[in-house]
Amino acid sequence: MTEKKELWRWTESRWTNPDIDWKGKLITSGVDVGSVSSQAVILADGELYAYSNMRTGSNSPDSAINAINWAMEDTALTLEDIAYTVGTGYGRVNVPFSQRAITEIACHARGGNHMYGPTVRTILDMGGQDCKAIHCDEKGKVTNFLMNDKCAAGTGRGMEVFADLLGVSINDIGDLSLDVEEEPPPVSSTCVVYAKTEATGLLREGWPTNKVLAAYCSAMAHRIMTLLERIGVEKDFAITGGIAKNSGVVSRLEKDVGIPIMTTDYDTQIAGALGAALFAKALKDKGK
Amino acid sequence: MIANYGYKDGSGDYFITIDTDKCNGCRDCVSACPHGVFDVGPDENDPLSDDEVAFVTEEERKKIKYTCGPCKPTSDRPPLPCVTACKQDAISHSW
Repeated sequence: MTEKKELWRWTESRWTNPDIDWKGKLITSGVDVGSVSSQAVILADGELYAYSNMRTGSNSPDSAINAINWAMEDTALTLEDIAYTVGTGYGRVNVPFSQRAITEIACHARGGNHMYGPTVRTILDMGGQDCKAIHCDEKGKVTNFLMNDKCAAGTGRGMEVFADLLGVSINDIGDLSLDVEEEPPPVSSTCVVYAKTEATGLLREGWPTNKVLAAYCSAMAHRIMTLLERIGVEKDFAITGGIAKNSGVVSRLEKDVGIPIMTTDYDTQIAGALGAALFAKALKDKGK
Repeated sequence: MIANYGYKDGSGDYFITIDTDKCNGCRDCVSACPHGVFDVGPDENDPLSDDEVAFVTEEERKKIKYTCGPCKPTSDRPPLPCVTACKQDAISHSW
């Protein structure tokens, strides 16, 4: 039997800033245990020192520990060196070594503000199984938010299902979906289950893979647009989370919104953990 | 902060919006709601502030379409107890 490829598996990553010597500095960390991915971010005196981004396992405490251990690899840091840790995300109350849990809404605003700069006013976090639209001020404080975590339509998990269904690596979906001569009509539902059924039907009609992907990415962009419309989009507009790496959804959303979407050199998936680590620093400084 | 609690699913949008800048944490909504949708406590989305504000409880956020149903009969729409009780005019419903 041939080995089945895990096409849904997105690239896990870790990074250490080689220019920082952490010794003698205040080390704080943020751990974002999401429904699909987990990230750990370590700051030295408030500066990004190391991070990891990996898949969440079935056990939240283990996922948190794995993430922080991977972030600390190559750094000679141990858990004892971390002065304050904030947990966030779906599994935020299950981060065993954290001093405090903070909602992902607050953390994404704070992290997004750090990643994209003080001009960002609207942050859309497209996560593994939910979607959050957030307005924030120049300091990264939330001024308006909306979260949809009841229905996973239009989230990263749907993309994983489509990667598997169409036999395309999840990292390639965005570019492939843009490689169409004419934009096909979007699939009528973004519900992962119904969309999969519909896509199977389209494949049977003879649609090529990239056209089906285009129809799905476009449906996802429209769906997210309806969520965004409830709170409105103010300039500057940025996206965090895994879907920010999917050019097929991002460029279609940009067209729907009519405002350019900001870009960053940071890994967009670490926004929540980065915000948590910044809160850890602020709370430690305040002596809380 | 404008806090939208609730969800959007295949059948529609169900959000309760609380303006935490208007909310003074008086708990009038908590006692007015016959189904325990509200509670008052530290603002979980503003962790550096100590002010107490109203929010929709975690248990109710994903089912407010049903929990709020009895206050929203289809034939006659009396004013909602939570919206009426809030003297600060900080609560609204999207449906």
